[in-house]
Amino acid sequence: MLKKLLPFVEHVIKKPVWDCRMCGQCVLHSTGMTCPMTCPKTLRNGPCGGVRENGNCEVIPEMQCVWAKAYDRKVFLPLPTVWKEHFNELRPPVDMRLQGSSSWINLVTKRDQQTPAGWSTTDGSH
Amino acid sequence: MSVMREKLENTNESVFTAEFPSIDGAGMAKVEKSAARLAPWFDGVNATDNPAAHAHASNTSSAIAMKMHGIEPIMQIVCRDKNRLAIQADMMGAALHGIENISLLTGDDVTAGDEPETRRVFDIDSTQAINIARILTTGQYLSGRKINPAPDFYVSAVENAAAPPFEYRIERALKKYRAGAKYLQLQICYHPERLEKFCAGVAKIAPDLKLIPTIVLVKSAKPLGFMNDKVPGIDVPLDTIKRVEAAEDQAKEAYALTLELAKHALTLPAVRGLHVTDFRHDDSLDSFMYDLGQKPRN
Repeated sequence: MLKKLLPFVEHVIKKPVWDCRMCGQCVLHSTGMTCPMTCPKTLRNGPCGGVRENGNCEVIPEMQCVWAKAYDRKVFLPLPTVWKEHFNELRPPVDMRLQGSSSWINLVTKRDQQTPAGWSTTDGSH
Repeated sequence: MSVMREKLENTNESVFTAEFPSIDGAGMAKVEKSAARLAPWFDGVNATDNPAAHAHASNTSSAIAMKMHGIEPIMQIVCRDKNRLAIQADMMGAALHGIENISLLTGDDVTAGDEPETRRVFDIDSTQAINIARILTTGQYLSGRKINPAPDFYVSAVENAAAPPFEYRIERALKKYRAGAKYLQLQICYHPERLEKFCAGVAKIAPDLKLIPTIVLVKSAKPLGFMNDKVPGIDVPLDTIKRVEAAEDQAKEAYALTLELAKHALTLPAVRGLHVTDFRHDDSLDSFMYDLGQKPRN
């Protein structure tokens, strides 16, 4: 019951505010409260090279680049420090199986932290 | 060992890279001609992957053709057209043919190309792709399935030092370095002060990351205006366009401008070479390389 209801409730709340795409593995807190799935290229680790001189999107010229907005918000919004520290973490590829499910449930169950067995990140000393 | 790796890791010499012209039929004869033109000057040459969202002979097949003609390929893989399975297949296909240099890019949007109705893939992004290339070199696929022996890639990426958000670009360079990129080719930049800031910032936070800014050989003000108007992410200051436009000999002035930009870029921290591109039919490549103090390689 909850599994069916929660995605609906989550969508109703997050769609109007963040234009949520229900990827089921929400990273809003670490991206300056800006949803990376609204980037036309769904980039989760920063902007592409096509950002226009005025800071707008390559694909939708009348829209501000999602990552330009995210970076501004990360800098200027009074967000918790730990959230800001997560801004530059390497976010893993999206798990397409979670599309449409509730990221709140996936957060509680830690399902959203599962990555493929071979996925690893370095501490920069590679 | 690839020449790119050898030179960047074991020497202080500058490296020069270029873009291989897209291959559309005309067979190996055309490849041979392009290779003969580039071989004397370049350590590595990019084998592009549907550049500007136009279909051409594939990245892997182009890279193999280049290798057959004595050019060291830097095989690009963009995230626009392939999912993570296909991207890993590209990487392993490259390894199969002894191609070591792999460069991972987001890719221009499909709307930049001649088939804008195409479905975008973007299953993974360029930083994830860099990390996946690194993971393959540890002897496994993304799934954890073993690869024995592991491929030996020299991984690189691309960054745009000249596009907003400027401060974040430096942090993003570090992120790419941490994911596994050893050097970044930078997109064309007509704002020397932006390039300066970016290079200084990178040198500070990622001292081992090497940068290769791009220089474009142009013959007149027209291509400068074209890049400014038509290519998202590239801004050419009006004064720069006017300077070339106003000159009696536009080709001469454009050349002088390009040489200035190139010489300036080579003085910047973290910069280890240049990526030289040109619009087709440009005959100034040889003199440009001589003017930078280069001598033809064998």
